[in-house]
Amino acid sequence: MTDSTMTTRQKVEASMKRRRAAETRFRMYGMASVLFGVLCLVVLFGDIFGKGASAFRQTVLTTEITLDAEYLDITPASDKRALMNANYEGLIKQHFKTEMKPSGRKERRQLYSLISAGAGWQLQEEVLNDPSLIGNTISIELLMDDDVDQWLKHERGEETSNNRLSEKQLEWLETWVDSGALHTRFNRTFFANGDSREPELAGIRGAMTGTFLTLLVTFLLSFPIGVAAAIYLEEFAPKNRLTEIVEININNLAAVPSITFGLLGLAIFINIFGVSRSTPLVGGLVLTLMTLPTIIISGRAAIKAVPPSIREAALGLGASKMQTVFHHVLPLALPGMLTGTIIGMAQALGETAPLLMIGMIAFVVDVPSFIGDPSTVLPVQIFLWSDSPERAFTERTSGAIMVLLGFLIIMNTAAVMLRRRLERRW
Amino acid sequence: MSIIENHKTVGKPLIEGAKLSANDVCVFYGEKQAIYNVSLDIRQNEVIALIGPSGCGKSTFLRCLNRMNDTIDICNVTGEILLDGDNIYDPKVDVVPLRATVGMVFQKPNPFPKSIYDNIAYGPRIHGLATSRVDLDEIVEKSLQRAGLWNEVKDRLHAPGTGLSGGQQQRLCIARTIAVDPEVILMDEPCSALDPIATAKIEELIDELRENYTIAIVTHSMQQAARVSQRTAYFHLGQLIEVNSTDKVFTTPEHQLTEAYITGRFG
Repeated sequence: MTDSTMTTRQKVEASMKRRRAAETRFRMYGMASVLFGVLCLVVLFGDIFGKGASAFRQTVLTTEITLDAEYLDITPASDKRALMNANYEGLIKQHFKTEMKPSGRKERRQLYSLISAGAGWQLQEEVLNDPSLIGNTISIELLMDDDVDQWLKHERGEETSNNRLSEKQLEWLETWVDSGALHTRFNRTFFANGDSREPELAGIRGAMTGTFLTLLVTFLLSFPIGVAAAIYLEEFAPKNRLTEIVEININNLAAVPSITFGLLGLAIFINIFGVSRSTPLVGGLVLTLMTLPTIIISGRAAIKAVPPSIREAALGLGASKMQTVFHHVLPLALPGMLTGTIIGMAQALGETAPLLMIGMIAFVVDVPSFIGDPSTVLPVQIFLWSDSPERAFTERTSGAIMVLLGFLIIMNTAAVMLRRRLERRW
Repeated sequence: MSIIENHKTVGKPLIEGAKLSANDVCVFYGEKQAIYNVSLDIRQNEVIALIGPSGCGKSTFLRCLNRMNDTIDICNVTGEILLDGDNIYDPKVDVVPLRATVGMVFQKPNPFPKSIYDNIAYGPRIHGLATSRVDLDEIVEKSLQRAGLWNEVKDRLHAPGTGLSGGQQQRLCIARTIAVDPEVILMDEPCSALDPIATAKIEELIDELRENYTIAIVTHSMQQAARVSQRTAYFHLGQLIEVNSTDKVFTTPEHQLTEAYITGRFG
């Protein structure tokens, strides 16, 4: 009561201006922060999509090629081994030599370098699928070298100083473009192949399969262990010093830098237990260590959120502790537990550092078929490609990031939807 | 107000042929004592009301009668409580059959988030009381009828129990308790979350249930105690001050604290 001439009402009104200004200011701060976040996301996505969108197109040359039985030295009746070992690459070279008529060795070499090293395998695949094609002329879309791919997608019609293609090569390419033979199509290779040193042959199939197998191992181990640990700690464990220490350490574990888990995995799983390195099995084991704390903590939170009245109701009817937990608490806590698990798995999906330590950074061409095969995972593949000098790998890096982000978004959406669907009100 | 030294319960706490009988029961929450040497008998087929101001320990005492306090780690009970002559706090006693015999209805209606049918059927199922589906159907129907809920829900037995009104939910909880066929039913302020009409229905129900069960009810409403109970026990700061027939407690209380409470001087 400093100013006795003013009534309370007058004082309140006098202070309103200041209070409103404070509120407006706070709203502005809030909006600015949200805006900043959205802007960062837009820039990030814009950059990745801008660079990566072209990774999903691929340059091919449609051409009519005769599978000369004499040159290949095979017949439809030849055994598989002969079919596999025939000189398809030579046939392609032969074909282009007669078609484009390069003069001299240098031009020949330049001509051949326009075609991907994988073109021979394309022919081989066609023949293996249908040996009766031998001797016939087939129309095939041959993969082009990554330099041609980049030229057609980005540089054609632009003045570029550091062109990797010669005048003569450009001349050939232009004639192919004009005739409609050279064009782009959906990049099947990107989704069908494993890694390769040739960008036009490199794909994410190996990394995706590796990621899937690794996450499968992670899920199969971390979900049951995590849920069991959460239930035991929350419902059965006596509240004493020991459980307190366990609880603190679970929280600590969740905060441990992930690379440490990689070192631990290397020291224990690989060196002591002799699990073969670079496999989804050991990757899954390491990621389980990382995911467990997340699942346990979210699982405990979900169990805590079940109202005690439900427990009392069951206990009051004479249900045993175990019956109370499994008939009433667990069904109600499950949505929360699953959400936590999905979030933990999404974390594991994007994890790179610990996997580098256990050899998942190895260059693996083959698509793994079970958890003991050497493989890599998507984030590590991205890391590997981002380090490659070929420009064609830049767009593939962004392409792979888009695929990874796609999976992350799907998983997080699933978590949100699951929570909405299964959420019960009481 | 403070604890009365060496208080001896006035009135008639002890009777012949008691169904439940507490002897010198003390309850501690960690260091803090919540109940002081309470001895009280509860007769078969009677409704006993436990009244008293908030925090006087009446709910704590009620929860001792089927060992619901066991779920609280720091809670420690001394003394003995005899059910048909057997001490329920004997280390050899398993709480599961005890709680099937001494059922409980809670302050806030707490149906399981399951169908009405499953709410009732849960107890019989876990205790194996029904041998067939027909048996179980019969138990469900009988329990709902006894709880006076059958006519209201018979057409939607498989609708969620949580979708009922508050009063219906509480009667569902009572039906759920009856379904296990207990001998004693403990009720912890069963009407405190309900409107007067729902309360009246529950009170009517309690009166009917008395024929088959022994009932102990904690209530904050003295009118309710007067309406439904035959005997009334007055608790004050963890001590059992007075136990007498309900008529006597509300007309001529023996202890001055009881009188002060029922005439509304505190509480």
